Amino acid sequence: MNDRIFKIILFLAALVMPVVCGGIVYALANDAYDAFNHFGFINFITSDEWNYTQGNEHYGALPFITGTLLTTLLALVFCIPFSLPVSLFVGEYFKGKKIASILSTVTDLLAGIPSIIYGLWGFYTLRPIIMSLNISPQGSGILTASLVLAIMIVPYAASLSAEFIKMVPDELKEGAYSLGATRAEVIRKVIFPIAGSGVFSSYILAIGRALGETMTVTMLIGNTNQLPASITSTGNSMASIIANQFGEADGLRFSSLIAIGLILFLITAIINVVGKVLIKRARI
Amino acid sequence: MEFVKPVLEFDKVCVSYTKQTMAVKYVSAAIERNSITAIMGPSGCGKSTLLRAANLMHNLYPNIHVNGDILLNGENIFQMHPIDVRRRIGMVFQRPAPFPTMSIYENVLAGFTLNGINLSKSEKEEVVENCLKSVSLWNEVKDVLNKKGTFLSGGQQQRLCIARALALKPEVLLMDEPTSALDPIASKHIEELLLQLKKDVTILIVTHNMGQARRISDHSMFMYLGELVEYDNTLKMFENPFDERTKAYLTGKMG
Repeated sequence: MNDRIFKIILFLAALVMPVVCGGIVYALANDAYDAFNHFGFINFITSDEWNYTQGNEHYGALPFITGTLLTTLLALVFCIPFSLPVSLFVGEYFKGKKIASILSTVTDLLAGIPSIIYGLWGFYTLRPIIMSLNISPQGSGILTASLVLAIMIVPYAASLSAEFIKMVPDELKEGAYSLGATRAEVIRKVIFPIAGSGVFSSYILAIGRALGETMTVTMLIGNTNQLPASITSTGNSMASIIANQFGEADGLRFSSLIAIGLILFLITAIINVVGKVLIKRARI
Repeated sequence: MEFVKPVLEFDKVCVSYTKQTMAVKYVSAAIERNSITAIMGPSGCGKSTLLRAANLMHNLYPNIHVNGDILLNGENIFQMHPIDVRRRIGMVFQRPAPFPTMSIYENVLAGFTLNGINLSKSEKEEVVENCLKSVSLWNEVKDVLNKKGTFLSGGQQQRLCIARALALKPEVLLMDEPTSALDPIASKHIEELLLQLKKDVTILIVTHNMGQARRISDHSMFMYLGELVEYDNTLKMFENPFDERTKAYLTGKMG
């Protein structure tokens, strides 16, 4: 009997999570309904006008979807030259050595820094550098936000990739060395083909992290509501427009912000599911 | 044992994993060309460690130290480029491990692709066919060359790994208990194969299996606690071992 009660309690406790998740989706969809109904879903995500003048109200999510995808993509590109060497250093060159565990600890430490700290660093250190290099007059913008975002996602990409690189069996590496391969060839032709799908999936999860990052991006992206003209221009991501405007929004504008939130939630959820499925498949 | 022109010579070879202990102690031995030499001994006696010294596998692990000299046709391998040494002295491991992302065809050619050597299509086909024939795998796989190597049975995979090593035309083939992960029929197949291969390549094989050493080898080494205790003609060693320890091992009193 006791066993039965325990089982019911466990079951109910476990049920809370799916219910909360479903509740969030329901609440988002409920509040987003007005915006989708008024503008139409396709029109809402393809329109680049964000106008909240009374009487002339029009809301479109394209600048923010673009801002999010652009910052994420650039962050991914900037992150690879740092995360890949770290994962090879930890997972292959110095596998099991003290120096590897020091490096991976320090890299993981980066993941623990609050995003507001990254935002401050970006704002007071990186932004003046961008300005002094004449890359953009105001210093903030998509490029600045992406650079800081890249540093933030390095630990996610690097530590998971290193795990997959470590999992490549020694006998395959020795097999390749015994055929006269150099280390670079072993990495290129044996380790990467075998660990590749795992490394790929760790980058997918890093993307998932970058998509929703709010504080750092809000502080660095420049907060303008037009479609960005180039990677050095200012803009807004889906998360940063919500963070900037939710306090003062009501009516259709509020509904539009929630609609952006719903789209961001769905994109992030899809990316995470894809990443997890790939990781499961990649386990050797 | 003395040979006129040995292909491989170990001269006072010592290998140590830590500063205090030596896994292989002052082993000196010459290996006759186109013969099969078996290295026997209980677990931990240093037989694999000695074998792996011969193609500089220990170079991959900075904490392992090798002293003494190993000569390939009179030339010291420690003064040669490791990549050159490993192409001329091939190796087959205990567990069959074809590259899982490569097809059967690509596995045979792995030695070339890994070294960035480009072959024409006809050269490739010739190498693949010859190597697979020499390990008598050709008839079994000629229609499935594009399938992954891991699709084959354990014994077939091991023969594929031998073909992969033979593709580079090595002078010496080192084999580290190549049949210990295989069933008796697959093992017998490999043994027959080695007897055919020795006309082209000198084989040095580590084995746990005394019966196997007796069946296929021309010469046998018995190692114990890192020392080379006895090295002689296989038949002579099995019938009339010189050392008490060899005798105890061969009669099963020590394992």
